[in-house]
Amino acid sequence: MSVARPSRTRKTPAPSKSGRKPTSSKDEASARPPSAHGTAGHRKDLLQAMLRVRRFEERCVELYSAAKIRGFVHLYIGEEAVAVGVNEYLTPDDAVVSTYREHGHALARGIPAEAVMAEMYGRTTGCSGGRGGSMHLFDAARRFYGGNAIVAGGLPLAAGLALADRMRGQERVTCCFFGDGAFAEGEFHETANLAALGQLPVLFICENNLYAMGTALERHEAQTDLAMRSASYGMIAWAVDGMDVEAVEQATRKAVEGIRAGTGPDLLEMRTYRFRAHSMYDPDRYRHKAEVERWKERDPILLLAERMRDNGELDDKELARTERRIGREVDHAVEAAEQGPQEPVDHLLHHVTGSSAGTVGRP
Amino acid sequence: MPSLGADMDEGTLTEWLVRSGDHVHRGDPVAVVETAKSTIEVECFYTGIVTDLLVEPGTTVPVGTPLALIGSSERARPTRHAPTNDKPSEPAAPEHLREPSSSPLASVPAPVPSAAQLPAHTEAGPLARHLAERSGVDLGGLHGSGPGGRVTRADVEDAAAARPGTAPSRARATPFARRLATELGVDLATVTGTGRDSAIRSSDVRRAVPGPAPAAPAGPVAPSDTRPPEDRTAAMRQAIAGLMSRANRDIPHYYLSTTVDMAAASDWLREHNRRSPVGERLLPAALLLKATALGAREVPDLNGSWTEDHFTAADGVHLGVAVSLRGGGLVAPTLHHADTLPLPQLMTALKDLVSRARTGRLRGSDVSGATITVTNLGDQGVESVFGVIHPPQVALVGFGRVVHRPWAVDGLLGVRPVVTATLSADHRATDGVVGARYLAAVTRLVQNPEHL
Amino acid sequence: MSSSDVKQPERTTYREAMREALREALRSDDRVFLMGEDVGRYGGCFGVSLGLLEEFGPERVRDTPLSESAFVGAGIGAALAGMRPIVEIMTVNFSLLALDQILNNAATLRHMSGGQLAVPLVIRMTTGAGRQLAAQHSHSLEGWYAHIPGIRVLAPATLQDARHMLPSALADPDPVLIFEHGSLYNVSGELPSTVQTVDADHAAICRPGTDISLITYGGSLPKALAAADELATGGISAEVIDLRTLRPLDHATVTSSVARTHRAVVIDEAWRTGSLAAEVSARIAEDAFYDLDAPVERVCSAEVPIPYARQLEEAALPQTADIVAAVHGAVD
Repeated sequence: MSVARPSRTRKTPAPSKSGRKPTSSKDEASARPPSAHGTAGHRKDLLQAMLRVRRFEERCVELYSAAKIRGFVHLYIGEEAVAVGVNEYLTPDDAVVSTYREHGHALARGIPAEAVMAEMYGRTTGCSGGRGGSMHLFDAARRFYGGNAIVAGGLPLAAGLALADRMRGQERVTCCFFGDGAFAEGEFHETANLAALGQLPVLFICENNLYAMGTALERHEAQTDLAMRSASYGMIAWAVDGMDVEAVEQATRKAVEGIRAGTGPDLLEMRTYRFRAHSMYDPDRYRHKAEVERWKERDPILLLAERMRDNGELDDKELARTERRIGREVDHAVEAAEQGPQEPVDHLLHHVTGSSAGTVGRP
Repeated sequence: MPSLGADMDEGTLTEWLVRSGDHVHRGDPVAVVETAKSTIEVECFYTGIVTDLLVEPGTTVPVGTPLALIGSSERARPTRHAPTNDKPSEPAAPEHLREPSSSPLASVPAPVPSAAQLPAHTEAGPLARHLAERSGVDLGGLHGSGPGGRVTRADVEDAAAARPGTAPSRARATPFARRLATELGVDLATVTGTGRDSAIRSSDVRRAVPGPAPAAPAGPVAPSDTRPPEDRTAAMRQAIAGLMSRANRDIPHYYLSTTVDMAAASDWLREHNRRSPVGERLLPAALLLKATALGAREVPDLNGSWTEDHFTAADGVHLGVAVSLRGGGLVAPTLHHADTLPLPQLMTALKDLVSRARTGRLRGSDVSGATITVTNLGDQGVESVFGVIHPPQVALVGFGRVVHRPWAVDGLLGVRPVVTATLSADHRATDGVVGARYLAAVTRLVQNPEHL
Repeated sequence: MSSSDVKQPERTTYREAMREALREALRSDDRVFLMGEDVGRYGGCFGVSLGLLEEFGPERVRDTPLSESAFVGAGIGAALAGMRPIVEIMTVNFSLLALDQILNNAATLRHMSGGQLAVPLVIRMTTGAGRQLAAQHSHSLEGWYAHIPGIRVLAPATLQDARHMLPSALADPDPVLIFEHGSLYNVSGELPSTVQTVDADHAAICRPGTDISLITYGGSLPKALAAADELATGGISAEVIDLRTLRPLDHATVTSSVARTHRAVVIDEAWRTGSLAAEVSARIAEDAFYDLDAPVERVCSAEVPIPYARQLEEAALPQTADIVAAVHGAVD
């Protein structure tokens, strides 16, 4: 049971020990907030980015309850520090491969809230034209290669995207998100081996939220130290406090620098926790409320806010303004989704093959 | 009732965690709901005061049903918890529509029915129907020997065998041989098959052609069938066009309308159907038709025909019932002596008539002799219908959808099922006062269903 | 072994023709690379890629670990990124380990993304029985794959198709699965050097006839042609159709043939139940019903895991004699 206790996740925020300040001079400015990393301004940006994901998803809960959004919807609430922190060191040229719990990854990557919400409404204005839904957000222009509804199903794709970059000598990173459940799938092990063998530029981000749906980590893995197991494939692997967005950011920086330098894939085990159900509503028979409450004490948003308060960097009035602005953005996304056009049924057979009508995807 | 999962259609409220008057905050658990999968706490998305708990614990309600009202102050105010009426798959149906039985038959004399509303009364499976059609057996005239009176294959075959000179001796022939025989004018009954199990093959057909064997046909030839369906539909459209143009040209119509309280009729029907076996349950339509017919007996000036500048009252009440056909078009077959038929018989006769109308099996007597016609667009969602009179009749009665409306009875306001009854009448034969008397009679009759 | 420099009617084998096609693809487009188990040093399990590693190097002829899901998925990812990977799965049996990637990713990404993505990937694999390889190495699962919208399925059965289908597959913006029947690799013959391309979109009438249509593909084609020869000596003129592309199926060629012959036998090495032969038969019933002068016959494998013992395996698979017998059933 000890792994379920948040205290242990503090164990190895090792990468942040490097002490080196990241530079912000690279041409990745468009992908991240303007303030320099580690500064008060930057922390504000991080807080805002996490709040944005949180508020967006809270609205999703309401809309799902009202049956506006259907299907399976997996919320990221509690894990925002991972998407936001990792994204800080990705450039627009890098690729992201995600899971079905990908609203946070998509929003952090820069897919407009409007397009994500419209997708959940199944509208043509959605980022997948309404054919994907919550689990299948795509944005080719932002190199966001999708939510994948098959656990570990995206890992081989990430290896292939990275392989193409390596073969063409492009210094790009493919960032691949997956959960602790993926460690029980063969595709994880096949891909870890293949990527390490080929020194492929993949950043594996394991979001270890301690549960594979309703099965606790120690009930699905004989060896629960996921970073250690990953290291056995011959890649650099760290466990990181996934509730601390700055720790996530620092660990990502170090990993990405190595990958870009050609040292092959890295894996970061982000120890995090989802505050809500696996998929919208749970029986909640598989974990105790007290455990959830303990983890909520380490809510990544609260954690950062407290740090900023301690530093005297948090202006409550400004925070309120930020909240209002995010609220308006989410409102706007909902309104736009409500009014978004529905794909006519006679377009049903579009986008099946390259010769189907309507399709634009060209190799 | 919130949607708590992709597969949830309804939920049971098991417990309220708040009481009326409680302050609640966004995110608070307010109730416990049990779904097919588990028990889940329902959270509230608003901050305010619970003004009303609308659903009792232990009640199962569809997703979208309001569970409680939350007001921003002491004053009750509906919030966004309002039901999602725009949800396309709203499962709730008005009580009266669901009442009679599980039969898909919603409301019988309905123009433009959906496939799901096909009369289910001629209980026969597709095979039996197919065999009946092929051997010219009228399913309506058969007593089914299957479960629940279902017409079985054996019933149809027996009936076919009993008919003199119509033995279903379909030749066993390949599709191509059959096509070729039609093209070459060969009667398959005269051909001996040499294929497997003595099937007639194309070579057998060619051999059977008198004179030199013809060459294979150059191209595909259309099967020499009867008129294709689109032709039949077009012909019917033309007939309707002619008749309705004449009616509109010759008949000075006047129109009256009244709204009839259906509460008593609904209660009576529910009680009757509860006591009746499935096959004998009644639909509201049966009551309305009976009331229409009895009304016509009471007001004979509307029941008859206008020919050669004068009105002739009819002997009995023969109700024309407008039935729309699936391929398009309309027929109005006749329920003879509808005013004298007890409700169960009227229901049976109606189902039979509609079924035969839609399968193209109307007899000559079915389509003549109507003295007044009734039309019902209710299950198309229409609230009132003002029809065109079917000449030489002088009146047409229309019914709309049964809807729930605020309705004052004895000074007290309540929600009641009501239906709009309309009358289109020929001003040459009667005046508005006669029509008004008629609608009043219908209203009274509908409200006293036990006398129908 | 290569005979690419020889002019005029070229004596070659199916294996060599396939290798030539790969060599040509690797030469003409630097986005093309070959990836799979033992495609490099070993030269390919069936010797198809022998010599390519030496010519193109380990970057473009990539040996992979025995991780079907990972390397097929990597092929998908590389295709997404604009490469033109050719992934070799040793046999169709192992493709089951990559089924998730093929069905859940390759076939769906375009649609799920609302048309934003394309997966121009070619997957080659050996299929079929007949070499006493027993139950786990003798599947014919082309029909399963042909069931899936979003991918194209090819079954080259002739030297010409082995030599010339690949460019069309590589030009396709969608995943293409190529099924090479194991019994065909050693088939030898002459390849006319005048033919430089094939029309992979349509079924081919390999032998015209007037009395019955024999519809088949892949490893059963030689058997159907042999049956047609035998039938001709008895005065029955059989038309032999090679489907070639199993998805999308060229129904027009099949239907128009049956409209002329009025009889059909479908030969498919897969099990009869739920087979591609079932699909072809159903299409004939739908589109050529009034042309049929006999029930459609099917010659498929017996409903049994393919046994090892020679006589049992032969009995399980469609044989020329079975085809001849089926034709007599329809014609006599």
